[in-house]
Amino acid sequence: MSREVKFIKKIDWFSILLYFLLVGIGWINIYSASVTTASTGFLDMSELYGKQLVFIITSIFLIILILSIEAKFYERFSSIIYIAGLLSLIGVIIFGKNINGATSWYAIGGFTLQPSEFAKVTTVLALAKFLSDIQTNIYNFKHQLIAFAIILSPPLLIMLQPDAGSAMVYMAFFFVMYREGLPAIYLWIGLLLILLFIITLKLGYIITIVATLIIGLVCIFYFFRKQLKRKRQTSLAITSLVTAIMFILAVNYIFYNVFKQHHRDRFTLVLGLEKDPVKLEKMRKTFGFNTNQSEIAIGSGGFWGKGWLKGTRTRGDFVPAQDTDYIFTTVSEEWGFLGSAIVIFLFVVLLLRILNRAEQQKNKFSRVYGYSVAAILFFHFAINIGMVIGLFPTVGIPLPFFSYGGSGLWGFTILLFIFIKLDANRINEW
Amino acid sequence: MRKLLLYFVIISVGVIYTGRLSYLQLFNDNVVATDLTNDSAIKTVYDYPQRGYVYDRNGVLLVANQPSYDVMVIPREVKEFDIPQFCKLLKITEEEYQKKIEKAKRYSWRIPSVFVAQMAKKDYAYLQEKMHRFKGFYIQKRSIRNYQTAVGANVLGSIAEVNNADLEKNPYYQSGELIGKTGIEKSYEDVLRGVKGVKYIQKDIHNKVLGSYKNGRHDTLAVNGRDIQITIDSKLQEYGEKLMINKRGGIVAIEPSSGEILALVTAPSYNPNLLVGRKRSKNYTKLHYDSINKPLYDRGLLAMYPPGSPFKTLNALVALQEEVITPQTTYTCRNGYIYGRSGRKMGCHCGSGKRNVVNGVAKSCNAYFANAYRQIISNYETPREGMNVWSNHIKSFGLGDYFDNDLSTGRKGRIPTGDYYTDSYFKHNKWHVLNTISNAIGQGQVEMTPIQLAHMTATIANRGHYFTPHIIKSIDGKPIENDHFTKPKYTTIDKEHFEPVIQGMHDVFSMKKGGTAKWLNVPGIEICGKTGTAENFAIIDSVRTQLTDHSIFVAFAPKDNPKIAIAVFVENGYYGARWAGKISSLMIEKYLKGEITLKAMEKLVLEKSLEDEYAKPLSGEPFTINE
Repeated sequence: MSREVKFIKKIDWFSILLYFLLVGIGWINIYSASVTTASTGFLDMSELYGKQLVFIITSIFLIILILSIEAKFYERFSSIIYIAGLLSLIGVIIFGKNINGATSWYAIGGFTLQPSEFAKVTTVLALAKFLSDIQTNIYNFKHQLIAFAIILSPPLLIMLQPDAGSAMVYMAFFFVMYREGLPAIYLWIGLLLILLFIITLKLGYIITIVATLIIGLVCIFYFFRKQLKRKRQTSLAITSLVTAIMFILAVNYIFYNVFKQHHRDRFTLVLGLEKDPVKLEKMRKTFGFNTNQSEIAIGSGGFWGKGWLKGTRTRGDFVPAQDTDYIFTTVSEEWGFLGSAIVIFLFVVLLLRILNRAEQQKNKFSRVYGYSVAAILFFHFAINIGMVIGLFPTVGIPLPFFSYGGSGLWGFTILLFIFIKLDANRINEW
Repeated sequence: MRKLLLYFVIISVGVIYTGRLSYLQLFNDNVVATDLTNDSAIKTVYDYPQRGYVYDRNGVLLVANQPSYDVMVIPREVKEFDIPQFCKLLKITEEEYQKKIEKAKRYSWRIPSVFVAQMAKKDYAYLQEKMHRFKGFYIQKRSIRNYQTAVGANVLGSIAEVNNADLEKNPYYQSGELIGKTGIEKSYEDVLRGVKGVKYIQKDIHNKVLGSYKNGRHDTLAVNGRDIQITIDSKLQEYGEKLMINKRGGIVAIEPSSGEILALVTAPSYNPNLLVGRKRSKNYTKLHYDSINKPLYDRGLLAMYPPGSPFKTLNALVALQEEVITPQTTYTCRNGYIYGRSGRKMGCHCGSGKRNVVNGVAKSCNAYFANAYRQIISNYETPREGMNVWSNHIKSFGLGDYFDNDLSTGRKGRIPTGDYYTDSYFKHNKWHVLNTISNAIGQGQVEMTPIQLAHMTATIANRGHYFTPHIIKSIDGKPIENDHFTKPKYTTIDKEHFEPVIQGMHDVFSMKKGGTAKWLNVPGIEICGKTGTAENFAIIDSVRTQLTDHSIFVAFAPKDNPKIAIAVFVENGYYGARWAGKISSLMIEKYLKGEITLKAMEKLVLEKSLEDEYAKPLSGEPFTINE
């Protein structure tokens, strides 16, 4: 068998099938959400669905390109690619085009390119390279810091655009770091801080501080009595307690003084902080409008959905950003519970598949890369759909393969297919 | 274990999201139901039920319905069409068209608003055939009022399109719907209105009707409004309004044994049919801005006047109850009551002499009641205390406060307390009972509305208990069961004290005893009454000017088992017996006999106009009063 035939046999065709299914279903829904009576055909370039079709076709060329490049290329040039990614993020702040208050796009001729969509790929490459380096020891605090520096530089630059949603996605790397051996204490601290954040907002800072003090002191005196005789442990316990209280105060201060009203409102709505039903109704109708409308649209879909092109709320322009961040609303309205559940199922299967393949990699670079792909896609999927179905505050990030947009689609395509290339190469030890 | 975390999280999120979706899409019906009206894909069609009819106490139909047709518009659905032709059909100009469509757009692009309200039936028939040409417009049928009577506008009230405040207050209403604004239409809105039916109709993108939404699962049937019977006697009401033509004031008649309001007249009034249909807004504006006659102002319920001499009856009762006088106690009248160190005098026209409570009431002796009042208050250590006791007795009649009844409007009146004088009026504690002596004769700080006067009379007629005055008799043929209206309430005055006062009120009509209304007897009916003449003032060119006295009269009849208690108030009618007393007698005869034998008196009242009296203060020239 020739090398090419072997390669084609080893490619994970199942993932590729899932990819094309999701992209295809996505396009059908973009078509439904953006078609107007003035449309002339599938390739009508004045309409979003026409442009998206072009993006999909170019993606196929991208795929062929990615698969035909030597697998080693990605590992070898990852540092350079990463730096290029950082430069593009710096460049966009200087030369970029401001759309809707965020300088996130390069305007080249007639169309725009969003570098933050590609920065994810470059960061994954760099992190995989660093973690797979034989000299890297994840238990070493200094190395942990370097890893975090790689992960956090792009989102810091993205925050300057500002595009908090895209920056938030980098939290996905936490899973990767944990998988690769980051001490569990980080996980617990992270969870504890999230918990404290929510409780502080829900119950007010005074109650939270008092409760934290009581629980903390009880723990110290009853569970660690013996160890407490040692000075170091005592000071550590007290330091933690003080830090926790400082954190609570900081949350309180930041929430009420640093956050803008519209940030606050999003949390207020999702955490159910508003008790007055009249005010709540008003909030739902104003800044909660997107989510409120989206929930109504989803609810109106029922089990079977209204059918393709029959989504009346989708078509009535009730839900904003219907083609991009809220595309899942269209799925739910027109294809009902059945269609939405299938889409969620497809995503979950794809994510598990990638995860599975990643775990099977003998090469650590490939494994970290694959794991990162799964984590990032999962974050997008979870935050986007969570927001659409009203479980998450409004955060503007796209649904992978679904949402309208060339940069997004290409970014996710590159991210996924580099892994497919690495995966197909795994027996061929380099 | 570390390897499993992300697996676990991915699967959990998948399960949670599917669960949430199933909640939103399969089990959560209200998200959809509450928002059907806002859904552009669903056309909401309302079916407005008939508003309940209104009958009088004798079963005479007062208010019925007639169909009305509104042209409605949904701005976002309006397509290009022949505007000039449309305007011609609707009989409006093209500028009006533009104004109306702008207004509708300002309200909402999606929700229908009224474009042309309440078209005539023949216009509707013609327009209906052509309506399909005008996309975004449709005709909504409603039912509006058809008054079978020309009187009682203040009682019956009217319905009108809801305004923004109504819409905000009550989510039931949609723009363009009708709501009771005044009178019983307001107070019995929920009963009369019924519940509109709603049909949801599914449309496709091209606005084509696909059929009933979800097989009519969310549709509701209209519930008809319920008919009500009110306590008004329409014949008495009509007669009262006739007597009050060219006069200002109010008549209130109450059945003492039930608290039912028999007549509620305000003058000047207007024909209720003026406020129906397309001409409503024009007429309403005219009535609303008539600041001289104020026809929309219900004087029977809202005008607070000093009650004048009829209030003496209450002072007599309190004095008897407080045991500061007995029926035998006499005071001497020296053409008035002289008091204070400087010898101030409150004049009296009863012709001097010894007065007891019976002829004190009959002759309306100011001196007698000044003495009695002073005794009541001085019976306590401080005037403040005494006044509080006095005030509590008076308030036990239900005065000085709202009735909390089923009339859509009302006033509290004022029964001052000792605390009021100390805290608000004098603002110190060193006042003397004589500072408030005017209360003895129903002037001073005491103020009452005509309905409160009638209610006071009914309570005296009942010898000490009362039923809260109300206007509803039955709903859908079922008599009311509201304890607030059907259970008697008791005053703090013992029953036996009423007899001498009622005897005095009876003697008011006695020729022999020289009562103040001796010329106003109705043959065959034992009437008890009390005249009143109240001084009043107006500010004319920033000078406080005294006007002709108000003519006041209260009465009940027959003396035993009274059937009617009445209060009449004629603004600037001079002394009580002059107009108010005559009107009382005529009303009583009309109600108890059904016909009038006092033809001369009737003729006099019907022909007399007080318009020249009302014109005096407006003339800008000096004028004389009480002539």
